[in-house]
Amino acid sequence: MRILKNTYLKEYILKMWTKTNLTRLAIFLSFLYLVPLFFLPESIVGVRGEDVFFHTSKLFFLSTSAAITTTIVLIFVVKREYVRNQILTMRRFKYLLYFFVKRDFLSRYRKSILGVFWSLLNPLLTMLVMTLIFSSLFKVQIPNFPVYLLSGQILFNFFSEATNLAMGSVIAGEGIIKKVYVPKYIFPLSKVISALVNLMFSTTAFLIIYFVTSTDYQWTLILIVIPMLYTFVFALGLALLLSSLAVFFRDLSYLYGVLLTIFMYFTPIFYPVSILPDYLVPIIGLNPLYHYIDYFRSLALEGVIPGVWENMVCIGFALASFCCGLYVFISQQDKHILYL
Amino acid sequence: MTKMISVDHVSMRFNLSKDRILGLKEYVIKAMKRELFYEEFWALKDVSFTVNRGEVFGVMGLNGAGKSTILKIIAGVFKPTEGSVTVNGNIAPLLELGAGFDLEFSARDNIFMNGAMFGHSPTYMAEKYNEIMDFAELWDFEDVSMKNFSSGMIARLGFAIATCVQPEILIVDEVLGVGDFKFREKCKVRLDNMIQNGTTVLVVSHSIEEIKRMCTRAVLLKKGEVIALGDVKEVCRIYSEV
Repeated sequence: MRILKNTYLKEYILKMWTKTNLTRLAIFLSFLYLVPLFFLPESIVGVRGEDVFFHTSKLFFLSTSAAITTTIVLIFVVKREYVRNQILTMRRFKYLLYFFVKRDFLSRYRKSILGVFWSLLNPLLTMLVMTLIFSSLFKVQIPNFPVYLLSGQILFNFFSEATNLAMGSVIAGEGIIKKVYVPKYIFPLSKVISALVNLMFSTTAFLIIYFVTSTDYQWTLILIVIPMLYTFVFALGLALLLSSLAVFFRDLSYLYGVLLTIFMYFTPIFYPVSILPDYLVPIIGLNPLYHYIDYFRSLALEGVIPGVWENMVCIGFALASFCCGLYVFISQQDKHILYL
Repeated sequence: MTKMISVDHVSMRFNLSKDRILGLKEYVIKAMKRELFYEEFWALKDVSFTVNRGEVFGVMGLNGAGKSTILKIIAGVFKPTEGSVTVNGNIAPLLELGAGFDLEFSARDNIFMNGAMFGHSPTYMAEKYNEIMDFAELWDFEDVSMKNFSSGMIARLGFAIATCVQPEILIVDEVLGVGDFKFREKCKVRLDNMIQNGTTVLVVSHSIEEIKRMCTRAVLLKKGEVIALGDVKEVCRIYSEV
């Protein structure tokens, strides 16, 4: 960033560096990004003219998330001294992160006989129950119900576990936060990573079911790490946001439980999207998890690699969530200790 | 002389929480007046001092004077509401022994985890492992879950881990009151060794004798304000008059 070395420009930027101006910048950028999106080829953004409202809101969402991301990246570029220091502390505390994840993993199945096997067994048993109940219901629409169900379930479970555990993590870390200096984000981050470790196990369960029940195997299956990565970034952003807010509003953990249930029913985990009435389809498009699960399924079940547009939507959700979460967390983290 | 710690016009505000049960009406009124739950409390008001390299610096004051708060700010646990603190060098904080132990786990696991909390790698901790266990005298309880430990054992382990490095700055907050006299002697020897090796030390203590014995300079706090700063004898004289 040689351009920032220019002192006049630097002074000017610092003078304009207020919250209001940054918000204005974000709004301006979101309109600016809208323009090129309108001229993208139809092969990428889908057929125009079918549903103008839906199409416009789709583009608007994307430009907004891109604008939020740009603004926040800009903040970090200007405050790069701060970012550099953070990276240094991150290196210093990587072992602690490792131990936190290890501790979570070890204490999860402490003193249970089957131990780690529960990570594998749990999704399998749930799948079995759900398959027994729902498979006859949706038999016609879904050819391989167990795989369909499990693919949605493991991603959603990862998400709900990561955010749920992370939300209370800063509060639970009170004993440490009040006595030793540790970077606060290590608490939500470690929870999301332990949920990711759990996802690895449930993915193994998924793969077992996949190879047992499938008739034709898709080579695109190896790409399922991509939707997992998207979900990880998305969940991490939300985890940072929730863990920070939960310190100030303890009611959030109860509220979020309800929200998560709603979220689950609005995600096509055990039902096909085709059973939804038409007016619900655009709404479900606002659900990021729908996109991630859809991505996952098209790789695993249909053998189709999603196009540029789907990827853009997925990345848009993930980055917007991550940037917002990080921003809120960083701006609030010094206040946490006063409210614990 | 290089400044190891400089505390520059530091003020610290806390919100005192008041756990009174409010009716809904009262709650709404208070929320609108923005005085819900919290009352401001200034634990430190405009505190400034510097500590030079190799110095043993005492922080004195009655209960509630803000001694622990200023140490926690220097250790980076709190961020000051106003002012700034600059620290040159790595800190080994002995604020509360046994902070950050997970009592569900064994002493062995906790040594590695607590070390990681101070930024030490597992390989480094493995090198120091024997030394720590020797010092804490806990070989018999290596793999015992720490919830079965006595408070003295926890304190011993905490002290051993925190002092397993030769830090540039050591912060001691009245932790020497724990353990039996034999262990206390051992701690004192270790601290004296560190001081001789050039570690800068910040001590909080109520005992005037101890401060006089160890320190060269001191600061006296009263209700968050600096009353005296300078030579230890002078500060102790003022302290005994408070």
